[in-house]
Amino acid sequence: MSSPTLTSIHELTIDIGGIPIIVRTDSAEFARMLEDRYGGFATADAQYAVVELEVELIAPGNVSDAEDVSVRLESGRWVMERGDFRAEWDQQCNRGWVRQSANPYAIDGVLRILHSLILARAGGFLVHAASAVRNGRAFVFAGVSGTGKTTLARLAPPDVILLTDEISYLRPGGQGIGNREQGIGNSPSLQPPAPSPQPLAPAFEAFGTPFAGELARIGQKARAPLATLFLLKQGPENRIEPLSEAEAARELLRHVLFFACDEELVGMIFQTVCDFVRRVPVRRLVFTPDARVWELIA
Amino acid sequence: MSPLYIARSREIAARLLDSEMMIMSARDSTLFNLNELGTMIWQAADGATSLEEIVAQKICVEYDVEPAEALEDAETFVRELAEHGILLLSDQPIGAGENSGSKQ
Repeated sequence: MSSPTLTSIHELTIDIGGIPIIVRTDSAEFARMLEDRYGGFATADAQYAVVELEVELIAPGNVSDAEDVSVRLESGRWVMERGDFRAEWDQQCNRGWVRQSANPYAIDGVLRILHSLILARAGGFLVHAASAVRNGRAFVFAGVSGTGKTTLARLAPPDVILLTDEISYLRPGGQGIGNREQGIGNSPSLQPPAPSPQPLAPAFEAFGTPFAGELARIGQKARAPLATLFLLKQGPENRIEPLSEAEAARELLRHVLFFACDEELVGMIFQTVCDFVRRVPVRRLVFTPDARVWELIA
Repeated sequence: MSPLYIARSREIAARLLDSEMMIMSARDSTLFNLNELGTMIWQAADGATSLEEIVAQKICVEYDVEPAEALEDAETFVRELAEHGILLLSDQPIGAGENSGSKQ
């Protein structure tokens, strides 16, 4: 007869973009690691979650043969694989399973993919961009590595709240956040807002993320109406240039993070970006790495 | 020469921004941009109108071009789009069920 054993389950909710995801593990050490990594985005007493993830920790080593990220829909379940993790998400019951070793990078990858999938249906997207809040309005700075996202974040004056220096989180404004009744609840699909005498909702809102880049510092858990998205270009002086909607959409699409091989969702992202450039000012920010660039951003 | 019918693939997403048609292949996320003339042909690609009619009724009305030359250019253009899988070509009219319901 085997001896009786007791396994404790540790539960943590990681709330990014108003979309809480519960992570369950039997490792107290791993749970502490997540708490440290996700800081203000992690909470132990969430009321509900959009997705519940069970994490099974295994010995270090390759979990999957996938060299690059692979995200595909199989029999109604999303299957996500990278060398260091294999995960599944069943949208019907909003439950997921992750197999990985006890490192924070794998779960971070899973969370990025999950959010990109959830956002695609909600009319939002993740974009390779830094973002910040100034005077109550959010500004997004998109560009490939080396165009100055981290530099711009580093040069930010003290009144600026940094949302992220790496991956920005954009959602249509006026949607329910963290509340079942308002539409996110158990289903990532969003409902149209009911008519109300509330002030007009912003076209899009930017949310802080814990997805850090070179600054190695997670963003602040904050949100603000999106004022402008800037496409970065380094140059000899600081200036803002206009862009046509077509130019803006073409370039912005290059910076959107989307991992799934799925025709329907790819089409949705495309339409979202086309809507975005019609509703949100998109400009080219030519800048020289100098704090004075922030004089243009207010 | 038999008539050539063209229809937009259903595996794309398309939007007219400014006067430029942007098309994304949903299969591999490749992005295509069409100029004004290309957009005119794309918008007329309903599967029921032959390319020759499109050229005669749309392009030659808008632009000062020789019909034969315009048709040759248009044919080269639609075959290129077809190679990328975003346009369907046929010597028969293409039914509504086969072409795209893409948003424009």
